[in-house]
Amino acid sequence: MATITAQAQRAAPPGFLTHPAVRKLLTLAVLAAILVPLAVTQWGGATWPSALTVDVSEPLGKASDWIIDNRDSHPLFLYFFGHVSNVVVLAVRAVYLALLAVGWAGVTAIGALVAWRVAGVKLALGTAAAFLACGLLGMWVPTMQTLALMVVAVLASVVVGALLGLAAGLSDRMDRVLRPVLDTMQVLPAFAYLLPVVLVFGIGVPAAVLATVVYAAPPMARLTSLGLRGADREVLEAVESLGTTARQRLLTARVPLARKELLLGVNQTIMMALSMAVIASVIGAGGLGDRVYQALASVDVGAALAAGIPIVLLAVVLDRVTCAAGEERLGEPGRSPLTWLYALAVAAAVAIAGRVAGFLEWPDGWEVNIAEPVNRAVDWMTAHLYSGVPVVGGTADWAAHFTSWVLNPVRDGLQWLPWWSVLLVVAALAWLIGTWRTALTAVLAMAAIGVLGVWNPSLDTLSQVLAAVAVTLVLGFATGIAAARSERFERLLRPVLDVFQTMPQFVYLIPVVALFGVGRAPAVAAAVVYALPAVVRITAQGLRQVDPAALEAARSLGATSGQQLRQVQLPLARRSLLLAVNQGVVLVLAVVIIGGLVGGGALGYQVVFGLAQGDLASGLVAGAAIVCLGLMLDRVTQPTERRARKGA
Amino acid sequence: MRVRTTAAVASAAALTLLTGCGAADMTKQASPFANAQGAKTVTLSVQSWVGAQANVAVAQYLLEHELGYRVDTVQVDEVPAWDALSQGRVDAILEDWGHPEQEQRYVKDKKTIAPGGDLGVTGHIGWFVPTYFAKKHPDVTNWKNLNKYADLLRTAESGGKGQLMDGSPSYVTNDKALVKNLDLDYEVVFAGSEAAQITQIKQFAKEKKPFLSYWYTPQWLFEKVPMTEVKLPPYKEGCDADPEKVDCAYPVTPLQKYLNADFAKKGGKAADLLKRFKWTTEDQNQVSLMIAEQKMRPEEAAKKWVDGHESVWKEWLS
Repeated sequence: MATITAQAQRAAPPGFLTHPAVRKLLTLAVLAAILVPLAVTQWGGATWPSALTVDVSEPLGKASDWIIDNRDSHPLFLYFFGHVSNVVVLAVRAVYLALLAVGWAGVTAIGALVAWRVAGVKLALGTAAAFLACGLLGMWVPTMQTLALMVVAVLASVVVGALLGLAAGLSDRMDRVLRPVLDTMQVLPAFAYLLPVVLVFGIGVPAAVLATVVYAAPPMARLTSLGLRGADREVLEAVESLGTTARQRLLTARVPLARKELLLGVNQTIMMALSMAVIASVIGAGGLGDRVYQALASVDVGAALAAGIPIVLLAVVLDRVTCAAGEERLGEPGRSPLTWLYALAVAAAVAIAGRVAGFLEWPDGWEVNIAEPVNRAVDWMTAHLYSGVPVVGGTADWAAHFTSWVLNPVRDGLQWLPWWSVLLVVAALAWLIGTWRTALTAVLAMAAIGVLGVWNPSLDTLSQVLAAVAVTLVLGFATGIAAARSERFERLLRPVLDVFQTMPQFVYLIPVVALFGVGRAPAVAAAVVYALPAVVRITAQGLRQVDPAALEAARSLGATSGQQLRQVQLPLARRSLLLAVNQGVVLVLAVVIIGGLVGGGALGYQVVFGLAQGDLASGLVAGAAIVCLGLMLDRVTQPTERRARKGA
Repeated sequence: MRVRTTAAVASAAALTLLTGCGAADMTKQASPFANAQGAKTVTLSVQSWVGAQANVAVAQYLLEHELGYRVDTVQVDEVPAWDALSQGRVDAILEDWGHPEQEQRYVKDKKTIAPGGDLGVTGHIGWFVPTYFAKKHPDVTNWKNLNKYADLLRTAESGGKGQLMDGSPSYVTNDKALVKNLDLDYEVVFAGSEAAQITQIKQFAKEKKPFLSYWYTPQWLFEKVPMTEVKLPPYKEGCDADPEKVDCAYPVTPLQKYLNADFAKKGGKAADLLKRFKWTTEDQNQVSLMIAEQKMRPEEAAKKWVDGHESVWKEWLS
């Protein structure tokens, strides 16, 4: 749309005015010239005017009291939520009991055989090794609990996501309605909506499963819709000409053609569900996440790591296996149902043999204690790096400098800016990079924060996000460029990024405090660690995809490798770099809440506080503010047409 | 036509299935991991501080080894734990620091939670400075002199004021109101979790740096980092009634146990054991220290304590 209007205008105004960015800014300036004086005379001052806030704490407090008082008696709970909760509990329990009944030998064998059939021998061995490692770390039972929770949550997410995606893929109107909903669901930090779920279902597995579904269903819906819409027109026409009904076309042509996207959707759903499994430990989901969380309480990094590693292993195995399933291997022999049957028979045999031999519960003696050496390493690190390192200073000094030289000025600056100028800056940025619609969304989101009455803490959080994103981008671009230029470096980097991306964030909360002290600096550090892998990956991929012909041309003109990078690769990879910025922002924001656990304060602390005190008002308002902040940042950094999505 | 009838039949079936099982009871919501493989399970809630872990570790050890139960533990914050207790997702809270509002709602009004008696440990919240600092500046231990030391206690995080470090958002605290009402030149910095707070205190102590922190007894960390309490205006009954106007110290709280009402009635030997469970501050600290400082697994720590204190726990079993 933007290009069409640009062409239409091209004939009229002369000079620099033809540039769309300048026109947008001029329009905005005119708007501002009219609106700002009005706003200032009405509501002066730097922070959001109190006349424009709405206090929602009372109705929210009443709502939460109503739920607690009526939860045991109101029909809505007795006949609806209660049953939902029971179904979830029964399903998780059934899977858990099945896993326990099969025993560790059986589960390992089945996992390996499925991996073998889907993805080959190498992954089968990897899968078996991963399961055995979970047992060796003494985490067999929690791993099975997490697995049971995952199975149910992923199935539910896939069903919900596929249904939504089907609706959006088949009907344009549904697509228009659903798109903003899915957008919002994806920028929502998971922590923010744990509280309402907990209020309705109480802590525990049902709440965890439902929160996971909200979090993990959108990628499935999006990719399903994408797959259905992307189906080859010619094939569809051919099928139509055979006189098929709409339903036959859907089942025989469109769904099979979308297979690749569907499987990618399942893959994404699994990854997101797994990351949620850990966050959900805060509301008593049990399993591995709970072990990480408990270890955190006794400041035991080693034990947290012992529970975190199985999560990483599960994530890597599930990711590789579902990715392999998505790849086309139709022509290959050995994928007939019969070999599946054999594989299942073998698995059943192993399971029964395991049962007979008494290999059900993981034997007590077969455990490796990694906690102690890890804790020693952490102790050494903190003892030697925290302070008093000659010349460069200790990490605590860095953190203090970072806080007083970067975080404080940025925060004070943002809070000093008059509220209307913040809205203007947001509008300008969002409009320059997107359309007037994205600009409007961003401004409204920012205004909503003010209306909710959390303007100042939100700007505090924003300052932390900006600082963390800046650090992430500097490190991420540098590493990404290095990875794009050296195969070997990238190969070395890959497992490290895998670990960073899948390791539950709780695990590194204690090390960051031990290194940087309590405050906003460790929160920023944790966010950087979490967001870095995505930025590195997208940057490296973008640089690699630059047209080789363009590079060749530059080289033949005698450009040095630095020139090639600056003048050819980086400009051509602009889209990817923008996407990296966008992903960096979204991921950093997701950790900001967790930063509340290490002294990050602001919105993150309020959400944690709301969750801990069962205080719906403060928790939900802060959660909503984070969502608005997320929407605003997403729009401000979002390239007009985005290709990949969160976690891609 | 056929499609429509199938849909109608299906939805009718779904409805009867739902209403057929009647009302779902939200007060009986056991964890799906409970009672697996025919074992009798007790689910205990663990709060995030180590003392609570010590209680649970010992109770778990006895339940498993003396009574043959299987024990599940879930880490939940205090207020949500009350909620979970009323729903039956957990069977017991072993250490409660006083939640009058929840008590009124669940114990007195709804009767879904039953009191489980004293834990035997007395808790007290206060402001603490490290003893090495208090020895150098003895007058810091009175709140009236705190403003003199604000400069010494300044950090990057607290800006121009002194830093009063608070812990987890789940803890009972009036510190913001106290700082304001006592006119103190301090900024309350929330560490956000006890783990973060302990880590920071240890780092300060390693460098012998001064600090002022919200802290509480009993706590194992005192054995590693000796701390001295700062005197606040004395506590009087009701002086903390209005959270905005608090200007007095925290009360002394005998810690309580609470059981799910159903479990208290029908929980058999497990419920009896948990009701009788009562030990001293020293006992608890001993176990806590093994868990937190020597990094023993809670189970091993509990075993070590149980082996040495037979006379104490034998009484709980009788």
